[in-house]
Amino acid sequence: MSAEVLRAPGGSALGQWFARAVLRNGPLGGLVALVLVMAVLSRDFLNGQNLLNVGVQASVTAILAFGVTFVIVSAGIDLSVGSVAALSATVVAWCATTEGLPVWLSVLLGLAVGAAAGLVSGALVAYGRLPAFIATLAMLSVGRGLALVISGGSPIAFPSALGGLGDTLGGRLPVPVLVLAAMGAVAALILARTYTGRAMFAIGGNEEAARLSGIDVRRRKLVIYALSGLFAAVAGIVLAARLTSAQPQAAVGYELDAIAAVVIGGASLSGGSGKVSGTLIGALILAVLRNGLNLLSVSAFWQQVATGLVIALAVLLDTLRRRSAR
Amino acid sequence: MTGVDDDVPDGRELLRVEGVTKAFPGVRALDGVDLNLRAGEVHVLLGENGAGKSTLIKMLAGVHRPDTGRVLVAGREVAVRSAQDAQRLGIATIHQEFNLVPGLTVAENIFLGRQPRTRLGLIDKRTMRARAAELLRRVRLDVSPDAPVAELGIARLQMVEIAKALSLGARVLIMDEPTAVLTSEEVGTLFGIVRELRDSGVGIVFITHHLEEIAALGDRVTVLRDGRSVAEVPAGTDEDELIRLMVGRDIAEQYPRERPAEPGAPLLRVRGLTREPAFRDVGFDVRAGEVVGLAGLVGAGRTEVARALFGVDRYDAGTVEVSGEELARGDVRAAMRAGLGLVPEDRKGQGLLLDASLGDNLTLARLERDTRGGFVDRRGPRREAAAVAERLKVRMSGLEQSARTLSGGNQQKIVIGKWLLAGARLLILDEPTRGIDVGAKVEIYRLVNELTAAGHAVLMISSDLPEVLGMSDRVLVMAQGRIAGELAGERATQDAVMQLALRPANGGNTYEVSAMEGSDVG
Repeated sequence: MSAEVLRAPGGSALGQWFARAVLRNGPLGGLVALVLVMAVLSRDFLNGQNLLNVGVQASVTAILAFGVTFVIVSAGIDLSVGSVAALSATVVAWCATTEGLPVWLSVLLGLAVGAAAGLVSGALVAYGRLPAFIATLAMLSVGRGLALVISGGSPIAFPSALGGLGDTLGGRLPVPVLVLAAMGAVAALILARTYTGRAMFAIGGNEEAARLSGIDVRRRKLVIYALSGLFAAVAGIVLAARLTSAQPQAAVGYELDAIAAVVIGGASLSGGSGKVSGTLIGALILAVLRNGLNLLSVSAFWQQVATGLVIALAVLLDTLRRRSAR
Repeated sequence: MTGVDDDVPDGRELLRVEGVTKAFPGVRALDGVDLNLRAGEVHVLLGENGAGKSTLIKMLAGVHRPDTGRVLVAGREVAVRSAQDAQRLGIATIHQEFNLVPGLTVAENIFLGRQPRTRLGLIDKRTMRARAAELLRRVRLDVSPDAPVAELGIARLQMVEIAKALSLGARVLIMDEPTAVLTSEEVGTLFGIVRELRDSGVGIVFITHHLEEIAALGDRVTVLRDGRSVAEVPAGTDEDELIRLMVGRDIAEQYPRERPAEPGAPLLRVRGLTREPAFRDVGFDVRAGEVVGLAGLVGAGRTEVARALFGVDRYDAGTVEVSGEELARGDVRAAMRAGLGLVPEDRKGQGLLLDASLGDNLTLARLERDTRGGFVDRRGPRREAAAVAERLKVRMSGLEQSARTLSGGNQQKIVIGKWLLAGARLLILDEPTRGIDVGAKVEIYRLVNELTAAGHAVLMISSDLPEVLGMSDRVLVMAQGRIAGELAGERATQDAVMQLALRPANGGNTYEVSAMEGSDVG
């Protein structure tokens, strides 16, 4: 029965059309095609409320993925963002709820912890010469562990003052979507217009050439990983606000969604290319897929299979598109 | 053919190369090469950097395939399409970079991929060890077959390579500058082994830059120049004659040198620059409006010196001053602020962001200067980049084109343009025209003229002798990590440069004396 359900969304003519759309227009074409497919298959998909839901579902992944975009553009990788998000949220909740610190200070400390975690990863990569995969894998474990230590393993209530972050504005516009938009704008500005942003492309494109052209590669890497940690902290706070509690076991595996979003968005894991808009589209593709498959009552198990296929397909088509463009 | 070696006892012809040519995009690497190798001889292959030696031996190793011409092994025409073909034909090559797996033992390396098996299909370690031990005895290498290769020094690694070649039953052994990395004692041992192999009927093609080794070890010499085999002479040939054969060509009128009459104030002053073992006590000046050539063989330490004074690598002692200000060690940004720029020898690996746009490449070195309050101004630099690209006559569709899609010459113009945009006053050009077609070369030479006319200075590293001599006001020759001499004006001839590069003076920094020695030749 599940197999039948799976076949339904991917009729072969539709599949081909989808493939052509992506081939011609890149990730955006893929997103549009996917939205149309979902709209055809489910009456409930294409209404305002549901689309805002998709935005909310995409928000945490997208904010994490913006940070990871910086790292991937500079030819690194950050596996720790899920853990760092949980750690930062836990720190905010612990400071505010358990220790009774002012909420603004708690948030500041949470953000600082996220940035510090990134800074440590960055130092291990830039000065310790550890492969980014290893350094951030270590931080994945350390971050999660610290979140568990601080919280004693149980969720801490999130300060009610921050509850608005997970809520809606005027009962309609979800705040996570606003945060997503704001962080996306900041990320795009960083990537396109700042020294660090341009250095990301140079380091990812050819680290040695960047160094020989006067880019202070090691210090830039510190900033890049710190930014990734900072974005992870924001994502963690948004997630906790939605859940109304900071859970040390939250956001497990989110780093893989974030990396998938970046890659679906057209960035190359070998560095030197990537766009914030692409990453946003990648996160939206993942969210649309999940939301749509939910509406179609596809089992969660098959959803995972479908997600995997979409990731592989998206990157495969993007590769083909680039090759034919050469 | 000379008579000397006709009396070699087992003089069967093992290998013959006839009229072989090979062109790469923009370069004619081989342009008619003949070579024949007999059983029981050491045949020296001699030539300047870029004469075609590497291409020739890569062809025999199955890496490149000839465009035209024939290769015969034991009288039969063959096609060497792969390393496996070479192996089957009994041709073994010992490259300068060894092909050994550091984590495996000596025996495992010797028999890599061909390990003796037991009846069950498992690796027969005992047989493998015993056969490895026998081979190691033949090359007089006193290490256990079980020793990890990672623990061996370079000389021993080379012996392991030779043992591996023997285990393949090689009849033809090609050795690419095997002595370059050895101490004189190790060279003695190597010669002993090479002689034994020769006496057992192996034919050896031996590449070396050390002229004194030719008479000591060789039987015949084939000289390559500009991709052609220009002479085959007995190994006893006079060294000066060998040098003449290697360089013997006129400097074509393709170097449009124009210089202001008098060079200006010293821009760069290097004193006592040392980093063992790469270079030692290197000192020289470069004045405004001057082109100073840095000649020498590959491995003489020229690139290492350039990288050190640009702050890429550290040095142990000495000073680098730009316009009288001493530069901090190992600080590229300080060197850039002082007005230096480096165009590295590996254009694609170190000079360019290949997949980035030309605009991004051109403005890379001034990124920091274009940043105000953390934000980069991209419009102003873009305009300037467009102007520089126009001035350099870069053939492109626009600044958005990716660097990868340009030809070598245009890529090099982008790397140079990057430093023009960054306002460099002293450009270090490391092999600026390697792999570039003639037209683009002349454009780069004209650019050098423009720079010096504007009071800038150029330090030019080049293995292309006519280029160094044609473009430089003075030529510094490096050999074995030292400045072996300085040649100016009329004394800067190809023979004089090669004399210094091949036979460095024994003393320290006695420029004048060695320069005189150089000018005596010919």
